[in-house]
Amino acid sequence: MADTSFSQFVKRTLARREATLMLLLVVLLVPISIRSPQFLSPNNINTILNDMAILVIVAIGEFYVILSNGIDLSVGSIIAFSGMACGMINESYPQVPAGLLLLVGLAVGALLGLINGVLVAYGKIPPIITTLGTMSIFRGMTFLLSKGTWVTAHEMSPGYIALPRTTFLGLSYLLWIALLVIALFYYFSRYTRTGREIYAIGGNPTAAKYVGVNESRVRLVVFLVSGTLCGLAGALWTARYASAVNEMATGFEMQAVAACVLGGVNFSGGAGGIIGVALGTLFLGVVTNALPVIYLSVFWQTFVQGLIVLIALALNTISDQRKTRKLLAQRRG
Amino acid sequence: MSEKKQFVAQSRLIDELSLKNRIIELVTKWEVILSFLFVLVFVFFSNMTPYFLDWYNLMNASFQFSEKAIMALPMIFIIMCGDIDISIASIIALCAYVIGISAEAGANIPSLIVVSLIVGTIAGLINGLLITGLEMPAIAVTLATQSIYRGIATGMLGEHACTKYPEGFGFFGQEFISGTTIPFELVLYLGLMLIFAFVLHKTSYGRRLYAIGNSAEAARFSGINVKRTRVINYTLTGLFCGFTAVLLASRILSVRSNIATGWDLEIITLVVLGGVAITGGRGSVFGVFIGSLLVGYLKFGMGLLKFSGTVMTIVIGSLLITAVLLPRLLDIYKANRKLKMQHARPGGL
Repeated sequence: MADTSFSQFVKRTLARREATLMLLLVVLLVPISIRSPQFLSPNNINTILNDMAILVIVAIGEFYVILSNGIDLSVGSIIAFSGMACGMINESYPQVPAGLLLLVGLAVGALLGLINGVLVAYGKIPPIITTLGTMSIFRGMTFLLSKGTWVTAHEMSPGYIALPRTTFLGLSYLLWIALLVIALFYYFSRYTRTGREIYAIGGNPTAAKYVGVNESRVRLVVFLVSGTLCGLAGALWTARYASAVNEMATGFEMQAVAACVLGGVNFSGGAGGIIGVALGTLFLGVVTNALPVIYLSVFWQTFVQGLIVLIALALNTISDQRKTRKLLAQRRG
Repeated sequence: MSEKKQFVAQSRLIDELSLKNRIIELVTKWEVILSFLFVLVFVFFSNMTPYFLDWYNLMNASFQFSEKAIMALPMIFIIMCGDIDISIASIIALCAYVIGISAEAGANIPSLIVVSLIVGTIAGLINGLLITGLEMPAIAVTLATQSIYRGIATGMLGEHACTKYPEGFGFFGQEFISGTTIPFELVLYLGLMLIFAFVLHKTSYGRRLYAIGNSAEAARFSGINVKRTRVINYTLTGLFCGFTAVLLASRILSVRSNIATGWDLEIITLVVLGGVAITGGRGSVFGVFIGSLLVGYLKFGMGLLKFSGTVMTIVIGSLLITAVLLPRLLDIYKANRKLKMQHARPGGL
């Protein structure tokens, strides 16, 4: 008796995406660390985590948009615009404290996200078209803002550059911020009314409307969240890489979507969780960092990421269809 | 007597009303609005600069948009069915890469073209099979294949640029029809445009696309093989990517892995601006034709006035959003008018 309930427990745990990802990570890490023992050194792990900190912040924003049945292709451009804004403010007014610059990034990102949100929620323009358009509009605005120039490391204040690197209890501020964002949005999607409403709209918009969910408001909120998090990511990006260039974060939307799909977020909306997204990001980080270990040049990075997304997408879809079929069979008796 | 007079007066009123209605109906038609905008662009730029309204310049400018306009044609079919493909620029890059290395290996012109067409067709077929076979969302699949196709080109080429091509390869993308000042690419586009217009508006295949776009479910129940039609659309688009890669490689005679970056946006913009509903089921080849010319000459004019590429990107992005927003506002306006007319209609007539 106890044995069957235990095997059921194992089955149920394995069926969860989070567990599968953990298992895959371990399976992946064993051969990599045999091949290159220093891969699992605290130093390298720290590097991977720091590399992924910005991505996880952006991926969580993307998660809410995909959850509501949409997609945000403008994340890279929002990062670039807010990152450039922070870099230029830092260049002209070095006395502005670094913490305030993060708030500036947040505000700029929120504004751009709001534009996306209003167009989708009240202009009724499909998210793909809206963000395909704003992707190039925001990128163009970045060029106009900087007049085509860069902000380089020696034009930035030491305080701002040091911000993501300062450590607290052994972890960098950058990592702490990412952990804070994960915790905050874990709470948001599980325990707040708006968080649950996003799941409802993504799962079944018609049903959600009948129980009184304001669809336009939810669609506005998801783009606002995505924009705000991208704004924060932009401010951190400029500080971490100690430069603000116009092309920064080009193609980042692909990585954000990849992290979500890996984390089990369903493109038909309404399914997935923050922990899954965080693990998906980590998985992507390990794979990307492992490329040199298996002697694959960085030029193949795009290809590998695309392939991973496609496989994860297919797995998500197949397991989803199986679930639906099982439900149908149960209903028929 | 007075009754007769009243009747005449009323029927005249109805005639006037219907004429006014017909004019409003015509003026609010998307293709007419586009044509009007097109004329506006010409009037504006020819007033701003003397170099705009010049036959040779106008013909030469078509080199800049012919390839994108050609790609917009098969994209009409995809969007008409309510699908999307954001991997086309990457397929073009993959085909261009294959052309580049084959040319360096010493292949002749016909085999370069054949190889490019084959690679493009296969890439498009893979897209179509992935999307319809597992019933995965088109946007997610083509976002992934976008990375995969371009990733192959990037991985194989690295920083390398292919610049060796056989003698005469430059004809497709650079030359004029012999004895005239009309570019070969432009003539090719016009010919293809007429073929696509015929297929979409005059054949049962075209009608099927409209049916699928309006309701895939209803189309399936009326005996249309929806999946096969969608796969054909994606494969056709892939074939055209191979075709466009030949024109593009021939025009610039240098293939790097970042070739055609950002074309997805521009080509989708052309189709949507041309009045094809992004949800499918509505639109015409003529609209996309006018839309392509409009964008092409808008960019040419802005270039003459020394606007930077950045400003043009912003304009294209804004055009895309306005192109979707405006018909929606027009629809609301039309619906309101209809309601008003129903209320205003005098009883018994």
